[in-house]
Amino acid sequence: MSGILILEQTLNGLQFGLMLFLLAAGLTLVFGIMDMINLAHGSLYMVGAFLAATVAERTGSFVAAVAVAIVGTAIVGMALEMTVLRRLYARDHLAQVLATFALILIANEAVRLIWGPQVPLNTPPALSGPVQLLPGLAYSSYRLVIIAVGLAVAALLYFAVTRTKIGMLVRAGASNREMAIAMGVNIKRLFTIVFGFGAGLCAVAGAMLGPILAVQVGMGESILILAFVVIVIGGIGSIRGALVGAILVGVVDTMGRAFLPALLREFLPPQFASALGPALASILIYVLMAAILFWKPQGLFPARG
Amino acid sequence: MRRTLLFATLAAAIAFPLIAAPLGWEFYIGFASRVMIYALAASSLNLILGYGGMLSFGHAAFVGAGAYVVGILMAEGVASAWVSWPLAILVAGLLAAAVGAISLRTRGVYFIMITLAFAQMVYYIVVGMKAYGGEEGLNLATRSSVGFGLNLKDDATFYYVVLALLVAGLYGLQRAANARFGRVIEAIRENETRMEAIGFPTYRYKLACFAIGGAVAGLAGALLANQNSYVNPNLLFWTQSGSLMIMVILGGVGTLYGGLLGAIALLVLEEVFSAYTIHWQLGVGVILLAIVLFAPQGLAGLLARRRDG
Amino acid sequence: MSQRLLSLAALSLALATPALVAPAAQAADKIKIGFISTLSGPSAAIGLDIRDGFNLALKLAGNKIGGLPAEVVVGDDQFNPDTGKQLADRMLKRDRVDLLTGIVFSNIMLAVVPAAFEQKTLYISPNAAPSPLAGKGCNPLFFVVSWPNDAYHEAAGQYATTKGFKNAYLVAPNYQAGKDSLAGFKRYYKGKVVDEVYTKLGQLDYAAEIAQIRAAKPEALYAFLPGGMGINFIKQFVAAGLSKDIQLIVPGFGSDQDIIRAVGEPMLGLFDTAHWSYDLENDANRKFVAEFEKEYKRIPTVFAAQGYDTGLMMDAAVRRAKGNLDNKEALRAAFRAADFKSVRGAFKFNKNQYPIQDYYLRVVSKDAEGRIVNKKIGTVFTNHGDAYVQDCAMK
Repeated sequence: MSGILILEQTLNGLQFGLMLFLLAAGLTLVFGIMDMINLAHGSLYMVGAFLAATVAERTGSFVAAVAVAIVGTAIVGMALEMTVLRRLYARDHLAQVLATFALILIANEAVRLIWGPQVPLNTPPALSGPVQLLPGLAYSSYRLVIIAVGLAVAALLYFAVTRTKIGMLVRAGASNREMAIAMGVNIKRLFTIVFGFGAGLCAVAGAMLGPILAVQVGMGESILILAFVVIVIGGIGSIRGALVGAILVGVVDTMGRAFLPALLREFLPPQFASALGPALASILIYVLMAAILFWKPQGLFPARG
Repeated sequence: MRRTLLFATLAAAIAFPLIAAPLGWEFYIGFASRVMIYALAASSLNLILGYGGMLSFGHAAFVGAGAYVVGILMAEGVASAWVSWPLAILVAGLLAAAVGAISLRTRGVYFIMITLAFAQMVYYIVVGMKAYGGEEGLNLATRSSVGFGLNLKDDATFYYVVLALLVAGLYGLQRAANARFGRVIEAIRENETRMEAIGFPTYRYKLACFAIGGAVAGLAGALLANQNSYVNPNLLFWTQSGSLMIMVILGGVGTLYGGLLGAIALLVLEEVFSAYTIHWQLGVGVILLAIVLFAPQGLAGLLARRRDG
Repeated sequence: MSQRLLSLAALSLALATPALVAPAAQAADKIKIGFISTLSGPSAAIGLDIRDGFNLALKLAGNKIGGLPAEVVVGDDQFNPDTGKQLADRMLKRDRVDLLTGIVFSNIMLAVVPAAFEQKTLYISPNAAPSPLAGKGCNPLFFVVSWPNDAYHEAAGQYATTKGFKNAYLVAPNYQAGKDSLAGFKRYYKGKVVDEVYTKLGQLDYAAEIAQIRAAKPEALYAFLPGGMGINFIKQFVAAGLSKDIQLIVPGFGSDQDIIRAVGEPMLGLFDTAHWSYDLENDANRKFVAEFEKEYKRIPTVFAAQGYDTGLMMDAAVRRAKGNLDNKEALRAAFRAADFKSVRGAFKFNKNQYPIQDYYLRVVSKDAEGRIVNKKIGTVFTNHGDAYVQDCAMK
């Protein structure tokens, strides 16, 4: 097992994890501050990807595509919050789950009506080739950009949450909402802003992952589960938890899928290894989540004291 | 009035295959069987979710487990319903007991996530079972054999078997709901802390409820495998659990006929809408959203419920 | 009170469903064809091409099959066997189609055909042709218009051996056609197989697999990844800088027009094998390519050619059976005769009702007008059947 292989798989895991972080960050804030389970978060990711694809096709500029996607999805997110989601804060989790599940159905069909079942989104031509990182490792330049963007957003979030006033309000709301309200925070406006911001993050993930995956109806469902696993592992309401959890999930999942089957082949007869390997690799992150919850039932960095 | 309605429905259900044949509606006998099977599955979830107040997102795993037991046994040459169906119930029930034993130690969103995680684990394990089709699923050579000269391959015969099992299931649910067990479970749903303080072993009651719900789901799964003559891992994916939840909420959470009404409503909506447009899910989504937001009926039990800390 | 009303409403709706959706009784002199295919999702281009090729054949025959006015009931399986099965059930039992066709992917088709066989309805496959139905599971009601699943891969393996690649790395999705494909390649490839990797069906991100390939350093890479899977894989393979060092070989559809439209210039120089090429010199093909480009403004893929041939085959068979759709034996014999002019040239069935035909080597290059196409540059197999026919009990 060469060092280059391990390095490359680590980079892959990091790339995957950082994108998960973008989704998880918005999700954990909404959950932490508003105590709301939002299954439609994956749909915002999908809307972001579709918007980016359309703009990229019209203008040929990937940067414009991402920018428009962020703004457009944030607007959609805030509109959604003000009309539908606001009514769910006082309701219990079942109502929230069902209502947001209904939103998934509506979003999927609405997107299908407007755009059709899928649209193409390509990497910007400048980034379609490799970058020679080491002799013997020419890594995709686009994936490196994804990692860079992910880290930049993480830094931006850290700055925003710890150094700005609104960040402080967000942290206050996450750790004790009732107290924040009592202290006079305009909680309604804060919620809307947080939601819009989370939607914007989803759009970045959707636009950046679009060229690697596929921009299609229903693309939010599979990644949504992973995002939930991340925030449960990381601790609900904590952005730091979302970052650590996301990178953990990304790296474990990638490494597991890459090396577990080979590892099993060393110990088990090939018959079992080839059947067990991929299955075990797929459930590895769920096992990880269960294990972490066993030791730290509130996740790694719970926001609430 | 209630009693008359009940008997009228039952009579109509019994008469349906007989009138369907001359009208050229044979396809709909199979459709009706499918509705009843989902009604059974939704009712089993209703027990856990509606009566028990446990938001389990992994229910599809129990349905799928039951279905795969039948499928695997059929592939190995065991076609008798008397062996495979009880085994499906048993396996699903044990799986539910195992999942419940661990999940019920958590609360709130963690409970939801753990049940979801377990369901996904079962899904991936099934996908990994290449010997039994894996990703592609498994075709059943034929439907289970019940003996007594009855051939389940005949859609009408199968329909009556499913109807009988659904009626039995609903009757069982009614007895359980009205008995001490049902009252305790509902009380736990309302206020678990109080019930604990009084001295009830709430964990054990919830676990029993969870396991029974899972077992009945296994039966529904066995019937589903027969209905389609095909099982595939999609049965276990988390969005299927979502569909079952939709049925329960549409029909009326915590009510006796909630599962039945919800299954009828959702599947009929799907069938009617999809004849006119491929965007039928939009209609279902809007209706569901409207019900959750505005219609207290069906959610009445939920609104009265206090939120779990 | 409202619960009662709700139940009454639900009951009435349920009982009225058949009336709301059941079709009117059909006229006797018409042929109904059920067309189920993958029309959405990343691999939709394949199903759409088959549909367009099929519709073109119908259109050129005046919307008639064998002289009978044709009604085509179309359904989208959405790349999901459950959906495909439900569509098939509806088409077979409610719409009572005379012929069933269209499915792209073997896993969906294997879930659907048992129901068709049970209803004694012929299934004419424009694409999927898995090995189980070629050998022990062969069925008189099952006809393949395309090619046995293994064939393209056998031809590719033969090419890899001839070209002298000492070792090769193999990738395919983990389903029946995927397993068939690599089995076929290995049957004719005499070099060393470095590794054989099965990916998840529908997987779109191949970063992990590409890293493994880089570490293994093979001379050639054979990848069977149809539709959207192939598009993403080739793009990522090129982006990772591996296309310079490793020769990528794919089965014909792995580099066909749908992929070219999505990937473009990075594909030039890629070798592939197929049973058809757009530049085949026969009358039927010249007409087909010209009409297709005129009607749909794009270059046809092998899938479109297969869809078109399916239409031609049905037309010839129903005409031969004199429009008598109820006599299944006669209809089946008519199909078996395969008396039509295929766009691939000569067409004949093996005893398992899979075709025996030639397979060509193609390369992705630019044509005289600068468009990127697959040019035929040689023949790999002549009159090639399949490896499973000896297990088939049919005569």
